[in-house]
Amino acid sequence: MALLTTEDHASRRVVVGRMTVGLIVAAIFLIPYAVMFIGSLKTRSEILSVPPDYLPRDGAQWSNYLTMWDTPETPVAYNLISTVVIAVAATLLVLLVAMPAAYYSARFKYRGKMAFMFLVIVTQMLQPAILTVGLFKEMLVFNLYDTWLAMILINAAFNLAFAVWIMHTFFAGVPKEVDEAAQLDGAGKLRVLFTVNLPLVWPGIVTALIFTFVACWNEFAASLVILSTAENQPLSVALTRFVGQYSTAWQYVFGVSIVAILPVIILFMLIEKRLIGGLAAGATK
Amino acid sequence: MSTTAPARTGVADPPGPPKPRRSKRRTSAEGSSFRSALPWISPALVLILVIVVFPAGYMIYNSTRKISQIGTDLGSVGLANFSQVFSDPNIPRIMLNSVLWVVVVVFFTVLISLGLAQFLSKPFPGRTLVRMAVIVPWAASVVMTTTLFYYSMDPNYGIFNKFLTDTGLLDSSYGFTQHASSALMVAMAVAVFVSIPFTTYTILAGIQAIPGDTLEAAKVDGAGRWRTYFLVVLPQLRGALAVSVLINIINVFNNLPILKVMTGSIPGYDADTLMTYIFKVLQFDRQIDIASALSVVNFGIVVVIVAIYVWAVKPMKEV
Repeated sequence: MALLTTEDHASRRVVVGRMTVGLIVAAIFLIPYAVMFIGSLKTRSEILSVPPDYLPRDGAQWSNYLTMWDTPETPVAYNLISTVVIAVAATLLVLLVAMPAAYYSARFKYRGKMAFMFLVIVTQMLQPAILTVGLFKEMLVFNLYDTWLAMILINAAFNLAFAVWIMHTFFAGVPKEVDEAAQLDGAGKLRVLFTVNLPLVWPGIVTALIFTFVACWNEFAASLVILSTAENQPLSVALTRFVGQYSTAWQYVFGVSIVAILPVIILFMLIEKRLIGGLAAGATK
Repeated sequence: MSTTAPARTGVADPPGPPKPRRSKRRTSAEGSSFRSALPWISPALVLILVIVVFPAGYMIYNSTRKISQIGTDLGSVGLANFSQVFSDPNIPRIMLNSVLWVVVVVFFTVLISLGLAQFLSKPFPGRTLVRMAVIVPWAASVVMTTTLFYYSMDPNYGIFNKFLTDTGLLDSSYGFTQHASSALMVAMAVAVFVSIPFTTYTILAGIQAIPGDTLEAAKVDGAGRWRTYFLVVLPQLRGALAVSVLINIINVFNNLPILKVMTGSIPGYDADTLMTYIFKVLQFDRQIDIASALSVVNFGIVVVIVAIYVWAVKPMKEV
């Protein structure tokens, strides 16, 4: 059967075995999110009923996806906007700042390069969580406490290292002759970077972009102490406010989660193949 | 191994090189001054110095001060904050929890990911779909995933508890999230679950970079499957493993959301790690000075782990 033939010419039994294991693996990783989705379609009384039902008894409550934006626990719509604004702005900032640094460091020797790259690697080891107390006091002093800008800067700074590191690896892989040919044609360094190098290193940029975006999307510790107004907080912080309530509106928590998770999953799926290439360059060098 | 193979353009190396070009190459290849690099690297440098380096120093400074609950600096107290931290009766338990938390989570994450990556490198119909399923916990926010598990583990309305009693694995539902030790264990399981995607993909990238002929050679030499794995495959995964273990240690050690959701409503400090304890001190007691001292201890531990690790494994050879 052509369907069951593989590159390594495994026997049919082996291939069917792999497919079975694959099915189980997929189920393990997807079931929690299926539970989340089904939960988002239950009524409030149903989701708190003892014992619970696996499926919505009263039919799927698609209306939850309309009513969830208005709950007493937290202004969900604002939280979603905050999450998007902070994550997108921080990701753009990272790319804007990391790209020239990575390009220049990969291409040219300069005094202090070792020190700079060492600094980058050290920041890679740090996370906002370790420094929250320092960041908290710093933002108070700078008058940035409880602002989006503070979180954009924090997210960008702590994700910069990975972006510089991985882009450096990719830029270093572009032969110098390519640059020199363009320079002969009279292109300046900036033009060489944008018109000649970028098209060649874009898998690296995609990897850096997705890592940064997901890290910003998930950031929790710093947002928890820097953002105090409910409207300013991202979903990661806002959703924890539901937990531990007397009767948690779980169906809303799950509905909001599904809405927030879906775009990122699609983003990941689009670049699944590139991801392995990017990680291979970044991690196995 | 990089994806930049098409970069081999038609610019052959020496097409009778004119002299000026050569000298140009010299100046660009040879060390230029730090100032000429500044326009390119200064944005990154400023961001790192202001948002990473400065708060680190500022935190260390604050750990030696007495600070009121509204943030007023009341002067230096030397190392008094640290002696208060180390005489804190909760600290031994918290340290033990932190160590257990990191060791257990990283160990199981890497072990499972090694197997999973090996499996996902084998060809079979539908493999792409399985790989995508494995990515999902990475794409989903950690807080959201944890919230789902917290709900499912509820002794009354939790689906997972119902499943365990329905299938007869449990006699009656159990309040996993209501006792410190079981809540900590559930939190560990969730941490492993959300750490697997990144780790698996990094190892998978490593597996795909292994030249096929080394595996052929092992086969020709008559090495069995396990021998091949331990003697040929695993050594070549060293780089990928080094990076993923290091990043996992850092991420897991500093993880706050999983424990905050899972164990946050348990009274006392039996389920706390250093990280969650710092946040309790900061948020509930508003003791910035003590929280700073705790953070410095935490920071010190991370730096020591990283230093030992970098020294022992040397994950980055160049740069």
